[in-house]
Amino acid sequence: MSAKKDFTIPPPPVVELREVSKSYHTGFLMRKKRVLKSINLSVYPGEILGFLGPNGAGKTTTMKIINNLTFPDRGQVLIFGQPSTEVSIKAKIGFLPEAPYFYNYLTGWELLEFYAQLFGIPRKKRRERIKYLLSLVKLEQAADLQMRKYSRGMLQRIGMAQALINDPELLILDEPMSSLDPVGRREFRDLILKLKEEGKTIFFSTHILPDVELICDRVAIIVDGEIIREGKIAKLIKEKIDYYEITLSGIEEKELPSSCEKVSVEEDKILVRTRGERGLNRTIDLIKEKKGKIIAITPAKKSLEDILFAELGGKKK
Amino acid sequence: MKVFSIAMNTFREAIRNRVLYLLLIFALIMIGSSRILSMLTVGDESKIIKDLGLFSISLFGVLLAVFIGVGLVSQEIERRTIYNILSKPIYRHQFLFGKYLGLLLTILITIGIMAAEFLPLVYLKTGSWEFSLIWGVVLIFFEVVIITAFAILFSVFTTPILSSVFTLSIFVVGHLSRNFLILRDRVTSPIAKWLFTILYYLLPNLENLNIKTQLVHHLPIPPEFIPFAIAYSVTYAAMVLFIATLIFQRRSFV
Repeated sequence: MSAKKDFTIPPPPVVELREVSKSYHTGFLMRKKRVLKSINLSVYPGEILGFLGPNGAGKTTTMKIINNLTFPDRGQVLIFGQPSTEVSIKAKIGFLPEAPYFYNYLTGWELLEFYAQLFGIPRKKRRERIKYLLSLVKLEQAADLQMRKYSRGMLQRIGMAQALINDPELLILDEPMSSLDPVGRREFRDLILKLKEEGKTIFFSTHILPDVELICDRVAIIVDGEIIREGKIAKLIKEKIDYYEITLSGIEEKELPSSCEKVSVEEDKILVRTRGERGLNRTIDLIKEKKGKIIAITPAKKSLEDILFAELGGKKK
Repeated sequence: MKVFSIAMNTFREAIRNRVLYLLLIFALIMIGSSRILSMLTVGDESKIIKDLGLFSISLFGVLLAVFIGVGLVSQEIERRTIYNILSKPIYRHQFLFGKYLGLLLTILITIGIMAAEFLPLVYLKTGSWEFSLIWGVVLIFFEVVIITAFAILFSVFTTPILSSVFTLSIFVVGHLSRNFLILRDRVTSPIAKWLFTILYYLLPNLENLNIKTQLVHHLPIPPEFIPFAIAYSVTYAAMVLFIATLIFQRRSFV
């Protein structure tokens, strides 16, 4: 199915960063710190793009640049094909900042009402939307509670509701699941998938890797201000099958072919490991030659976490 | 509409600020105490009430502008609530102007409350309603219009403490700015003359909005004085807000 798809021209990206660089001056000596180093990134319509990276890699800065909260030193940021500085495009964007904070003195309802007004949503539609969103994020009971009494998780939920107030086409979520409990995380994941089904484009940053593997279509990995990898998760992981584990029996330990290495021995079963498809084929042939029996072959795929760690290790070296 | 929404939210924020009530209560006590103080002085007691009353309204109006105004923008930045606002379809000047109007509305109501205590107090003493005093209160408000604009300007690029110091300095210097002309005439250095002239025109002349002495002593006020004072205040505040916007447009939030 994908062979045909690969030859089609991809639709114009919803978000496009071209050669974007950003640096800050920090400390007493105003030392220049390069936060983003000429990054290129595209988010395509209808996809969920996970933006991965360790703390301080440049995720939040990228999101701020897209939202026009900070400005790049160099490069171009296009959203729906227009420069990010164009205020009118924000009508189609929903943004949830990292660890969002709201006005303590407002209730949940008042807060959403205020943000809805900023989008110019008419009163009747505003009410319906707020009601719907409060039930969507499971905060109906807290509608009349002041923000100061909200827990971190509740703030995250109301943050999601405010990001959706304008029924946006593009959702930008900065660490949306960081302060949620496991149940909340699952609900959020389901919500994100539901929003994707509605046709929304979602760009979200995280350092919680299982979330990415479960819901993202593509990922971009940023380390030290550079995007070191970008692509479909399945492909990224497939590329990284770096060994196979074979469980076998019927041959002695010393008879093991040299193309594999022993991992463990349990009664008459031996677990060996071999690298690459060639190594696998050679090992299978040799086991058969020695009249051994193959019980199982398991390809050991690298998880995103392994990939990220490997990349981080490489970077540090 | 968007400016109005931001203004109303700012108003809501300000009226839930304890500083507002503390200052208001203190002001009302001070205005009320003028009645007692007047008894202790020799001479026209009503003049003391009027003088102290107008002074209190002016002082507390300015203190409100300073203590609430300087935190309005910087708190949004510090608490990162600004991320949620500026990621909506809002121009930065709309945000700033909304904040400004919200605070002015708060101060207008507070000054109204102070005036509602002050005028009956004068009536109780003199036995007649002195409506000309209302012009004094109106011009105090327009003085605060300028001070609030400065509070917003400073809070756009510096910390609340520094903003308070700067804004209070503007208030003090603004009442003394005529002295720059006197200094200009007394110094001999052309550079100093030039400097004092520039300072005189650059800094606000808040005495342009001061008719307290005329009101207390029943001195005539030229008919063009009040319209000029209002026009001066609005123009000056607009210029200060314009500069604040220019700085705010370029501001990055990190």
